[in-house]
Amino acid sequence: MLRNRAIIAGVGESRIGKVPGVSALELCAEAARRAMADAGLGLRDIDGLLTAYSMTTPYPVFYGALAEFMGLELRYGAEITAGGGSSGVMIRDAALAVVSGRAEAVLVVSGDNRATGMGRDNAVAALAAWGHPYYEYPYGGFIPAYYALVARRYMHEFGAAAEDLARVAVTQRASACRHPNAQMRTPLTIEAVLASKPIAEPLRLYDCCLISDAAGALVVTRAERAADLAHKPVYLLGAGEAFTHEHILAAPSLLDSGARRAAEAAYAMAGLGPRDIDVAMLYDCFTITPMLLAEDCGFAARGEAAALWQDGRASIEGRFPINTHGGMLSHAHAGATGGLFESVEAVRQLRGGEGARQVKRHETALVHVEGGILSNHATLIYGTQPV
Amino acid sequence: MALPFPESLTAEAAHFFAAAAQGRLELQRCADCGKIWFYPRPACVACGSTDYAWIRASGRGTVHSFSVVRRAPTPEFRDRVPYVVALVDLAEGPRMMTNVVGEGALEVSIGDALELTFEDRGAGRTLPQFRRIAG
Repeated sequence: MLRNRAIIAGVGESRIGKVPGVSALELCAEAARRAMADAGLGLRDIDGLLTAYSMTTPYPVFYGALAEFMGLELRYGAEITAGGGSSGVMIRDAALAVVSGRAEAVLVVSGDNRATGMGRDNAVAALAAWGHPYYEYPYGGFIPAYYALVARRYMHEFGAAAEDLARVAVTQRASACRHPNAQMRTPLTIEAVLASKPIAEPLRLYDCCLISDAAGALVVTRAERAADLAHKPVYLLGAGEAFTHEHILAAPSLLDSGARRAAEAAYAMAGLGPRDIDVAMLYDCFTITPMLLAEDCGFAARGEAAALWQDGRASIEGRFPINTHGGMLSHAHAGATGGLFESVEAVRQLRGGEGARQVKRHETALVHVEGGILSNHATLIYGTQPV
Repeated sequence: MALPFPESLTAEAAHFFAAAAQGRLELQRCADCGKIWFYPRPACVACGSTDYAWIRASGRGTVHSFSVVRRAPTPEFRDRVPYVVALVDLAEGPRMMTNVVGEGALEVSIGDALELTFEDRGAGRTLPQFRRIAG
């Protein structure tokens, strides 16, 4: 049993935004050093490393390149790729590794320099590569269009309006404005979202996540180590995963994804339910995504997520804050890294002391990440105390 | 710039696009469990059987969802925008991706009835497409 036995000992972010002259590897090392410093651990305290992938620096073995670059000596290492859901798998695997004795302290790192390393057109073109090469890409599909299919169907079934989607972006921007490292820190209005350039209707530019240079890192170790560390520990209470499809044409449903199954598994492990969660970080590649995930994770009935943002519940001061760092829409997004920042932010909120960004109730947090087109899912539940 | 067409086809894909070039939309039906699937693959996605037959689809379907793409994903599609990417539920059951082409394509709605058509992408390379059924 994994519950209560692993902790997040440290978290770190690299510089974010446009960081010229720095490779993906260097960004990752920067985030990793900051996470180790945050944990109060040094290079020789780390014996495990899990990384995701880099599109700009596609080493055959990315974790190996990073370990060598940093001077790490490892007992355990791997590159784990599950698209945007990678961090959920990595953190759970890191927890299993330390609990099973495979490693003592595992660095979980993801980063890429997609803003300066790829350029906007290449980064967008890469989004076309996610479509099936025979049966999707020739139709001019790319990731924004695939999520637009989901958004359109959601709006059709439940009567959600473009304003409802826009409100997610506006709320998260307001949160990002209180984050010292967020890429976008200029307030946004619903009118500005609705006036932004249409990309794939109904999604407009500000319904879409950023393209960033960014890396994030966490240190995972055994709960018994808590007393040695620089910060109060954050416990991993629950984890769950699910997979349903790779390509959107093969999705069993556009609206009922595997997220519900992943969340239910995580709740079951933690022995908690949606009402026990204080703050949530929900994958937000597009504004429609956290709405769907809020429903799948049990925070709203199907079709009713818009109310979370309409009545202010999802804002930092609200009764149920969501994506308090600004998410991928306003904080940063670089491949698997956007999802990893959800866990970084969950840990920070649970520790307390985030100043203007600090939520009032912060004993439990739920993180949900997904990869592809709502294809693979991972839910993590964290807490300040074992349950 | 020429629009893309699938390259380096697998055996099943080669069959699918050869049929399209002859004006047919073909699907696979499992000889063991009766499942009809899209996209073409060498084994049934319901029971794993490799015993299947190609069947000719009626070419009728309805729009499950759609998006009007305004920002081209790659340079090849810059002359094509705006265009409709849709998921069509075929009368035979499977769902496939398509463009909605032809008259009134940009006015498409969820639930609209569609019929099969084809797009020539040069040198006999034919992509199945769908258009709205008038009325």
